[in-house]
Amino acid sequence: MKHLEEKIFKIIMICAAMLILGVLVYIIATVFYRGLPALTLDMITKLPGGGFYLGKEGGVLNAIVGSIYIIIGSLVISILISVPLVMYINFYLPAKSVFSSLIRFSLDILFGIPSIVYGAFGFALMIYLGIRASLLGGILTVAMLIMPIMMRSFDEITRLLSRDLPDALLSLGATKYEMVKVILRQLMPGLVTAILLAIGRGIGDAATVLFTAGYTDNIPASLNQPAATLPLSIFFQLGSPVEEVQTRAYASAIILTIIILFLSFSARYFSSKFSKNKI
Amino acid sequence: MISTNQFRVNSDHNSFIGMDEAVNLKKLVANQSIRIENLDVYIEDQHILKDINLTISEKSITCIIGPSGCGKSTFLRTLNRMHDESPEVKISGKIFVDDENIYGSRVNVIDTRKKMGLLAQRPCPLPMSIFENVAYGPRIHGIKKRKAVNQIVIQYLQYVGLWDEVRDRVRTSATRLSIGQQQRLCLARGLAIEPEYILGDEATSALDPLSTKKIEELFVKLKEKYTIILVTHTLRQAKRIADHVIFMYLGKIIEAGPTEEFFNNPKKQLTRDYLLGSFS
Repeated sequence: MKHLEEKIFKIIMICAAMLILGVLVYIIATVFYRGLPALTLDMITKLPGGGFYLGKEGGVLNAIVGSIYIIIGSLVISILISVPLVMYINFYLPAKSVFSSLIRFSLDILFGIPSIVYGAFGFALMIYLGIRASLLGGILTVAMLIMPIMMRSFDEITRLLSRDLPDALLSLGATKYEMVKVILRQLMPGLVTAILLAIGRGIGDAATVLFTAGYTDNIPASLNQPAATLPLSIFFQLGSPVEEVQTRAYASAIILTIIILFLSFSARYFSSKFSKNKI
Repeated sequence: MISTNQFRVNSDHNSFIGMDEAVNLKKLVANQSIRIENLDVYIEDQHILKDINLTISEKSITCIIGPSGCGKSTFLRTLNRMHDESPEVKISGKIFVDDENIYGSRVNVIDTRKKMGLLAQRPCPLPMSIFENVAYGPRIHGIKKRKAVNQIVIQYLQYVGLWDEVRDRVRTSATRLSIGQQQRLCLARGLAIEPEYILGDEATSALDPLSTKKIEELFVKLKEKYTIILVTHTLRQAKRIADHVIFMYLGKIIEAGPTEEFFNNPKKQLTRDYLLGSFS
């Protein structure tokens, strides 16, 4: 009987794993199958020409560059805010602090807010501040979207850190700040994981940039100009009645997937370089 | 880059003056003293340490023994104010280190911790190279000159007998050392900040017998210069290396005395029971 239980449970686990793998393979296969014929060099090196959305020549370079600008800008902002916050609630506030539980609770709520709400909120904020739909607006709104993810996942990893390291540093007479600097080295792989999760959510999100970044066929030359993004580019192309343009939407999706993979692998690479002395 | 640093370290080593002189470089403190008066420690509502009064003899090894949960480690952590990080710990009473109450209002906690080298139960190397581990303490306390730092690192790595084992890889990660080597590295790291006192919190309990022996030998060597307080749960260790033994039970000091007298002629019934292994 026990043996049977064991077997059944094992089968359930294997099925679950296969299901996840199957869905992933199916999505990627579909995207590649439909998009690969349209994935030409022009797609990644050219701006959309006149009548691009009606099937004429051009590419989505505007969206590629816009997406990369927005994600890098928002990552910089979120890292600059997340790292001090996580260090503060973990190493400056006492273990059972009410304030730190309050922050974690707020992050959990922010985490669950749909991206369209961030988009609407960012839009309202921009009107208040007098910013037009622009690269800056997109960066700020995407930063708001990804910050809770980055903070919460970095916080979870930081909480797993054993007390031995902070104790060792403090007993050497290190100040809190000196202690945090060493701890951050130890936590580097965790921070990279948090950044990756944030990229994953931020770069593919269409709703946040819909109102805030605008859309353009050009590459933004300054923070005040509107910026195109890949998710919106895919959305507009998919909405076209022309079949050729729909195929290009899948090609754009391939590009987005490759960018995410590239960022993931490079982040992993750098984290392993940084953390060669980790415990 | 790595190879040039390596070279620099080695070339310094060639002109090095030798360990015995090096230890003399450390400023000698004429009088080391720890005196504890009416110490009470509460964690939340629990009374962990009860009215501790104690004087620790200088330049000797004092071992604190007692069953788990008797407050040994809590006591050790009060000595370098590690409880400062936990607001739920309430401390009353006075601890005089070098005739200054370390819980007094004018005391800088960093200075107190710098006086006390703590060796923890499990070695915890910092996430950096072997060299940087030892160099870290001196650097944060203001020694910036490369040559001085190199000298300190080599000196203390030699002192703990690690230099010959790691001289070819001082720039590699400290985590690749064996656990016994890591503990000696942690000792070298603690000594590099030039403390006056050494606190050991069951510092050998995670180690194999051979590494334990090496650490014990180091403690015996160190007591010429330092006052050493060790928490241990092995009676044999206390017998082997202690000059004085303190027996704690349920937050109180039951008996304290010179090692020989303590083990051969314990005065309290509780001590006798503990030594016979009636409870642990």
